[in-house]
Parts: sequence; C-alpha cells; structure tokens
Amino acid sequence: MKIALAGNPNCGKTTLFNALTGSTAHVGNWPGVTVDKREGTYKKKGVKINVVDLPGIYSLSPYTPEEIVSRKYILDEKPDLVVNLVDVTNLERNLYLTTQILELDVPVVIALNMCDVIKKEKREVDVKRLETLFGVPVVKVSALKGTGLDELMRTVAENATKKRSGFSVIGCGRLAKTYAEAKELYEGEGADNVAFRAVKAIEKDAEEAKVNPIVANAVKMRLDENEDYEAAVADERYRYIAENAQDVIRGSREKTYKISKSDRIDRVLTHRIWGIPIFLLIMFAVFHLTFSEDFLYLGAMKAIPEAANPTVWNDIFGNGAINAPGTILFKLMELGTGKLGSLVSDAMPEGTWYTSMVTDGILGGVFSVLSFIPQILFLFLFLSILEDSGYMARVAFIMDRAFRKFGLSGKSFLPLLMCFGCAVPGIMATRTIESEKERRLTIMITPFFSCGAKLPIWACIGSVLLAGAYKDLIVYGVYVLGIVVAIASALILKKLVIKGETSAFIMELPEYRRPQFTNTMAHLWQKLKHYLFRAATIIAGATVVIWFLTNFSFSFRFVEDQGDSILGVVSKAFQWLFVPLGFGMGEDGWKFVVAAFSGLIAKEMVVSVMGMFAGMSEDVLEVDQSQLLSTGFGSFVAGMAGGVPAALAFMAFNLLSVPCMAAVGAASGEFSKKKYLWGAIAYWMLTAYVVSALVFWIGTYWWISLILVGVIAAAVVVKVLYSKYGKKAVKRAIEKKAD
Amino acid sequence: MQTTLNKLTSGQQGVVVGVTGDGKIRRRLFDMGITPGATVLLRKVAPLGDPIEVTLRGYELSLRKGEAANVTVEV
Repeated sequence: MKIALAGNPNCGKTTLFNALTGSTAHVGNWPGVTVDKREGTYKKKGVKINVVDLPGIYSLSPYTPEEIVSRKYILDEKPDLVVNLVDVTNLERNLYLTTQILELDVPVVIALNMCDVIKKEKREVDVKRLETLFGVPVVKVSALKGTGLDELMRTVAENATKKRSGFSVIGCGRLAKTYAEAKELYEGEGADNVAFRAVKAIEKDAEEAKVNPIVANAVKMRLDENEDYEAAVADERYRYIAENAQDVIRGSREKTYKISKSDRIDRVLTHRIWGIPIFLLIMFAVFHLTFSEDFLYLGAMKAIPEAANPTVWNDIFGNGAINAPGTILFKLMELGTGKLGSLVSDAMPEGTWYTSMVTDGILGGVFSVLSFIPQILFLFLFLSILEDSGYMARVAFIMDRAFRKFGLSGKSFLPLLMCFGCAVPGIMATRTIESEKERRLTIMITPFFSCGAKLPIWACIGSVLLAGAYKDLIVYGVYVLGIVVAIASALILKKLVIKGETSAFIMELPEYRRPQFTNTMAHLWQKLKHYLFRAATIIAGATVVIWFLTNFSFSFRFVEDQGDSILGVVSKAFQWLFVPLGFGMGEDGWKFVVAAFSGLIAKEMVVSVMGMFAGMSEDVLEVDQSQLLSTGFGSFVAGMAGGVPAALAFMAFNLLSVPCMAAVGAASGEFSKKKYLWGAIAYWMLTAYVVSALVFWIGTYWWISLILVGVIAAAVVVKVLYSKYGKKAVKRAIEKKAD
Repeated sequence: MQTTLNKLTSGQQGVVVGVTGDGKIRRRLFDMGITPGATVLLRKVAPLGDPIEVTLRGYELSLRKGEAANVTVEV
C-alpha cells in the first residue's frame, strides 16, 4: 500500500513523516526540478505502508514546482490514499488546501496536528464537525510527541481500499451552476477526477488546458467573459471555510493571540534598528563556533597560558587559546586521517607507484571527502536550528530589500555568507531558495566569496609580496575584489543569461517554535547523506584522477619531477594561454599554471604546489608566515617574470576560478540540469581569466584603467542618450523610410 | 476610503476589496488568503523599508510593497 502526505509548509509534515517512517526514509529529487522527494516505510503489527512525503504547498495551482509536482503525483502516480496534515493553530489557511485535495478522486484522511497547543490555550477542536463538513475521517495527532499515529494508520488502512469520488465546495456557493455544467461536460467525456478537473477548467488552469484541451475549452466557452473566475474560486473556498469551519475550534482566540510569546520574540528580532545588528551578531556567533581558533577570544585576552612544549592535545584543543567546537572536530578529523595515512604508508614499500596510488590517490580522495564533514555538520546544525525556530524566514524578511537590487532575494543572503567559510555548505544551503532562477544565480556567484581554504594563498603570497609590507591590504583587497565581482556578476547574469523578473516574495512568517532535537538531528543526517552521495563521489573520483595526472607521464610511467607529469606537460603546452595574465610569463610560468590548475581541485593545494616548485623541504603552510620571505617560497614569488602585477593576477585567478571539486560536486546536486553546471563552470573560468587579465594589465600599465573608465563612461553616455533621444530618432527614421 | 495595502501604516487595518496584477502573483495572493472580504492588518515594515508584514486569517504573511500595491483595501 502506498500513501502520500500532503499539507502546508511548516505544518509539521516532516516531523510526522519522520515519526511514521523512522530511519527508513530516503531522500531523492523529483526529476527536472530540485524539489526533495522523500519516501519511507511505516511498519507495525504486520502492516507495511509506503509513505511518500509531498513537498509543502499552499495550493494546487500550476505556478510553483512544488505544487505541480504534488498535483502530478496524486493524479498520475495514484497513491492509495492521501493524508492531509492540518495545523489547527492556522486552521483557515490549512483547510484552503484541504478543499482542493478533496476534489480529487482519492481516499483522504485528515490528520489534525498541534491539537495540544490549542488545548493549552483552553480551546478545543470539534473533530465530528470537521468530519461531517468534509465527509472524510479526521484523526487528532501530535507529530512531535508521536501520539495518535497508530490510530491514524489504522484509519488509513481501513479507508485506503474504499472508493471515494471528489467533492468540491465550489458546488455549494454562487458558482454552483457553472460548476455543475463543467462537471457534466467532463463526465460526458468519461474523464477521471471530474470534480478537480471541472474546477481547474473554470479557473482557466494552464496545466488542465494541456491535459484535456477539448473539454477545458468547452468549459471556457461557457464562462462569462467579465467574471474573474480565479478570484471567485479562491474566494468561494475561503468563504466556505469561514462560514462553516468557524465553530470547529471552540474558545476565544483574540485574547491568547495578542500576547503570544512569538510576538514578543519577533518584536526584538525584527526590530527596526536592532534587527540587522542582532542578525549579524548571530551569524558571527555561528562562524565563531565553527571556524575560530580562539574561542571567546580567551587567547587574545591572555586568559590561557601558552604551553612551552605543545603536545598533540594542544594541536586539537588549542595552544594559548581554545579552539571552537567546529575547529576541534576538524583537527580531530585531520589527526585521525593523518595517523591512518601514515600507518598505511609505513606498511607499504617506499617510493613505489602503488604506495603513492594508495596513500596520495585513494586515501587522499577519501580524506578530502571527510575533511568537509566537520564544517558541514556544524554549519548545518546551526542552520537547521535557525530554520526550525522560524528565524530564517525573518532573515529573508530583513535582508530582502538589500538583495533585490541584484536580482536576488533575502533568501540568498545566508548561503552567500556561508561561502566565506566554505562554498560546499553554502551551495547546499541554496536549497531554501524557492525560485529556480534565483537559486541558479546564487550558485553562480558563490565561488567569488573567498572561502577559508583560499585564505592561506592570500596570506602566504601577501607576506612575501613587496617584502610583506602590504599584506593586510592585499588580503583585504582580495575579499573586496570577490564581492565586487559577485555583485557585477549578479547584475550581468540577471540581464543576459538568467532573465526574468525577480520572483515574488509572498511568504509566510511562521510562529517561533523551539527547535526539536530529533528533528534537527534528522535534518542534519539528511544533509550529510546528501553530501556523501552527491558530492563525495565526484570529490573522491577527481582526486584520484588528479593524482594520476600529476604523478604519471604520457607514457604512463611514474615520474619523480611533476614537470614531466601529464599535468606538467599540459601546463607547459598551455602556458601561452596564461601569458596575458602575467603569471604564465617566463621560464617558470608553467609552474604557476600547474599551481592554478591544482587549485581547481582544491585550493588547499595551491600553496603546497608552489612550495614544492620553490624547492621547499617542508610544507609552506607549516612555516611561520613572518619567516616566509627568507625562504625559497619568497624568492620564487619575487622571481615571477610578470612582477607584482602577475602575482596579483595569480591571486585573482585563484579567487574567481572553479573553487574546488567539492563545490562542483555540491553544485551538481543543486542544479536541475547538467548543462547549468557546465555553464557555471565555464562562467567561473571565463570570469577568472578576464578579471585576472585586467588586474595584470592595469597593474602593469596604470593608464589602461583610464581607457577602461573611458569606455564604461562612453557606454553609459550612449545608453542614456539613446534612451532619451535615440528611440524617437530611430522611430522617425523608420517613419521617413515608410514615407 | 480606498487605498492599496502598501500604503497602510503600521497598526492600520483594512478589508480587501480587490486584487490586480499578473496571473502568478495574483494567484499566490489568493492562495495565501488575500481574497476580497479578508481583513488585513499591517503589522510592521522591515528595517530597510521593504517588505512588509501583515496579519490575516490568524497568521503572519510577508510580502513586498510592490506586490502589496496590487491589493486594494477599504480602510
């Protein structure tokens, strides 16, 4: 037996689904759209029922992907029964969807959620009244406490085999005659779901017109041209609910509503002046807990003595400071994988290609997958707490205005902010953006925000460039460049590629609720699984491939010198391509090309590769940055044929190009089509190339910036003049010709 | 007096008279309960001046001023 769960977003559907299916749930994507599809099994006392969790929806209109998916599922996949979960604290709007689901020829059971909240407010729900009103069984449940679930599933099992034909409230009001006629037309054609289709035809629904063009058109011909049927149908539904369901909840509402706790919290969190500072503070706390190596600034305050002989514990928990929980987990992971790696390499013969394959290739791939897990876990722990509490919707509310200018909505803000930490969870967090176009646009600009793995590149090069005198300015400049390019990209992409108006921002602001531990954990586990299945295969695969490319020559021989490897040879062959960017110039140019190429896999590798070419015996990242100038790394960077501008261009290229294979893996999970992924990769590489070239040329010949400013100014002037006089002139010219 | 929803001030209440605008947004407004006859209370304006938060049918809804301009209300 197969049943579907339907209901409004935020009505406790996910909680109910988790409670019913336990650990059997698995998440997939609906084909073509990035909408989560979740399936699981309910098992008890020999009963086995498959449960499909439909996306949260307000209506069965044909406008959002969630609604289309849900509608198609019920109509085409024909589940045995639909459980409509209704949040009684928000009865009117929840029943609006109920009136639409009831129009389908499918057995329905209404599950009333949050009855305990109503009870706490000394009010009561009249179950019998609802049953007689809609003619389907109604069961009280508490998804959170897991009560009423057995009764719900018993009712489901009893009703799933009973036939039921659709019922529409439209048949009761002032559209009754129109409805009856439309229904008759559909019955004459022997269609299924006649009640549903009749109402859709009256609404002039585009999807229905596609499925049953002839009947839908016949219905349309009979409609009054001056009447606004879409409005009338919605109106009829709400009117029916208001008139008949008014007394379903007994007890006064106003009194409890006015002083609700949710209101008081909201007054502070979305305050006109304090709203934004509070939000920034919360976000700072999230980052601090995840990435900081000086938790609560105890180190900066000299509250913790520095150990004279740092042990492994100092490395994990911090020395002279305390690491944040996220950092501790990260270091633990690093320690564990490091130990495991050396254990394996010790057990194998030294210097052979297969030792290298196992330790650097395979284990390297697995470890790079693992290394992202602490960040994903921590960021999503906080994210799901903020989401479940209802705060996330307010963040979008607060930030929307600022982001709409760039074709994004308030919902893009959080994913982008996370990209300063790591692009992988940032890209995964774009899932909360409803509009597909906005989600694509957001993912396209994510790599431009300088992530944690890129910081060592800026820091290391910054501390040797111009004798390290401008390190802070250089690092700061890179971050600013990233933000500027991101904003420019959003504006350009919006204009040229991802066209269309900014999507609507008509969004429910749910009541604040305390996040539930089991829910948060379930959410976390799903994100982790999503990452492991989607991204991990790409990351691990790419690392092995890259290992091969950097360690083998074209004759498939294991090489000592990376210059002879496939990547080295290819980099030498493509060196000319990077001459316009400065860092490809000179004898050593190809080495920087190899470093930049390896950065496409993981930005952590860039500095290490440079160090290797600079003849450093230890990892550059291990060297104290103030000492870096006097090492081989310092002279390697100082010896660049293109000089300082080339080094800056090299940084710009690393900042803007494909961030890492992990991010590509995450993005492939969020784009609905493969071609969007290739488009994004192409766009990142092109942007990196163009901006990097500009940096080099302006850095070398400062007057080029004047030309650039001149060209932009001229373009603006031409555009302004055209919009002022041009259109008229063109029109006049056309008229003249016509004469 | 008739005005549009975006022009209400904080704490002001109105009854929806009509909804204009293009198909998609209009339908969304209907689905969220903004239908003729519904009572709408403007709760607050976001810190940057847009969007707005309204209370209707016992819940909180956020929408942009541009979208709210489609809703005619009787004050």
